[in-house]
Amino acid sequence: MRPVYPEDLLYTREHEWLRVEDGRGRVGITHYAQEELGDVVYVELPPPGKRVTRGESLGVVESVKSVSDYYAPVTGTVREVNEEVKKHPELVNSDPYGKGWLLVLEIENEEELSSLLRAEDYRRLVE
Amino acid sequence: MKGKRTPLFDLYPPGVRLTSFAGWELALHFGSIVEEHLTVRRRAGLFDVSHMAKIRVRGERAASLLQLLLTADVGRMAVGRCAYSLMCREDGGCLDDLIACRVAAEEFLVVGNAANREKDLAWFRRWSQAVGGAEVEDGTEGMAALALQGPEARSFLPRLAKGAEELPPFGCAVLDGAIVSRTGYTGEDGFELFLPPSLARQAWEEMIGRGVRPCGLGARDTLRLEAALPLYGQDLAEETNPLEAGLGRFVCFEKGDFVGSRALREVREKGPARIRIGLVLEGGGGAPAGARLHHEGREVGRLTSTGYSPCRRTFLGLGLVERGKADLDLFQVEGRGGKTLRGRRVPLPFYRRGECAGGGEAGVS
Repeated sequence: MRPVYPEDLLYTREHEWLRVEDGRGRVGITHYAQEELGDVVYVELPPPGKRVTRGESLGVVESVKSVSDYYAPVTGTVREVNEEVKKHPELVNSDPYGKGWLLVLEIENEEELSSLLRAEDYRRLVE
Repeated sequence: MKGKRTPLFDLYPPGVRLTSFAGWELALHFGSIVEEHLTVRRRAGLFDVSHMAKIRVRGERAASLLQLLLTADVGRMAVGRCAYSLMCREDGGCLDDLIACRVAAEEFLVVGNAANREKDLAWFRRWSQAVGGAEVEDGTEGMAALALQGPEARSFLPRLAKGAEELPPFGCAVLDGAIVSRTGYTGEDGFELFLPPSLARQAWEEMIGRGVRPCGLGARDTLRLEAALPLYGQDLAEETNPLEAGLGRFVCFEKGDFVGSRALREVREKGPARIRIGLVLEGGGGAPAGARLHHEGREVGRLTSTGYSPCRRTFLGLGLVERGKADLDLFQVEGRGGKTLRGRRVPLPFYRRGECAGGGEAGVS
């Protein structure tokens, strides 16, 4: 299957995606990342209210064969985490940009968004 | 890093993910370890295990040589039987765990771990010189090996293995140029085929064509962990004896002396220093193999194998702990990144046949 990179998302070089929604950013890992990991069987989510700086680890995504940190695409405060993905980590594989989202960050500094990759740049990075 | 490839390598379907193991370039999975695992539990899967060490032992004293080197009672093994066995050093430490198949009165096929191939061969040759009358040959690269595993394995047997469905568990036969045994490493019913590369390619294509799912080393590892089958290099090592590893039932003391028997008798009399336990890991995620096990702030053992169980939908660990801790129900497990997990003791094996029925609970569509 050819990886897909929705145009409305911003991406990091560490394979997270971010969707801007009214000053908040919904965060997940990319199709490419989930495919590299294989079957995701555990997702560690940060506590809501936690402030994180750009590049800081938010938690780990564990597959049958590997464990990877995922990182804050921008500085902000964790406002919401996906409880559903805790119970069904396989959503990260089946729907990485939809039901497999991980958390929502309240973005502190919108200027940081300009450092993230557009879909086309991210596609070139991984292909 | 490129490694040796098996004779079936170019038949792997697209989408295969590769991994290196013991100098070989092998299939880790063909899309999803979890789905391959569940397919073997519920239907059948096919593994290319051609990397396994395949040692032929022949001659009028072949049985005597194996009787001396293995913990199983080879002397009482009939033709057409296989036995799981340990091979120990004089001090009782495990050199390898293996399956010996008696394919003829004076001919055995010994299947050991790929990583131990050279060591095993050297050990067999050293002792065969002392015993005499037995010829040891490395058949690893002249033969391919396929493992067809799962409750429906019988219905996928290739034509050349016709009749193999009649074999009892741990039976073996020479059929149409192939050695076929009713053995495996998954906890399921199944067959292993040891055969020339050209026949192996035909058999692979025939079985895949009939719809059996190809499976990789990833599922092989999760399947054997659920079944609590030891993996050499993790659960077994030269520093581990079979009694502490929980494999005492595979050591036949009644057969007389064999290499390691004196040391193992001593262990049996005193009781092993460590015992094998099974843990369910709770509190989030898995732990690395080798993770320390604590009780009341003191290290009391280590995890030897860990991994995710697709059937129980949790992380599991096999551990070795001090004998005095055999009655504990709960251990603290040193997880990743300084995290502490709870290790709740459960009976072994983690899985018994038929306990992984289909349905939505596994969350895989």
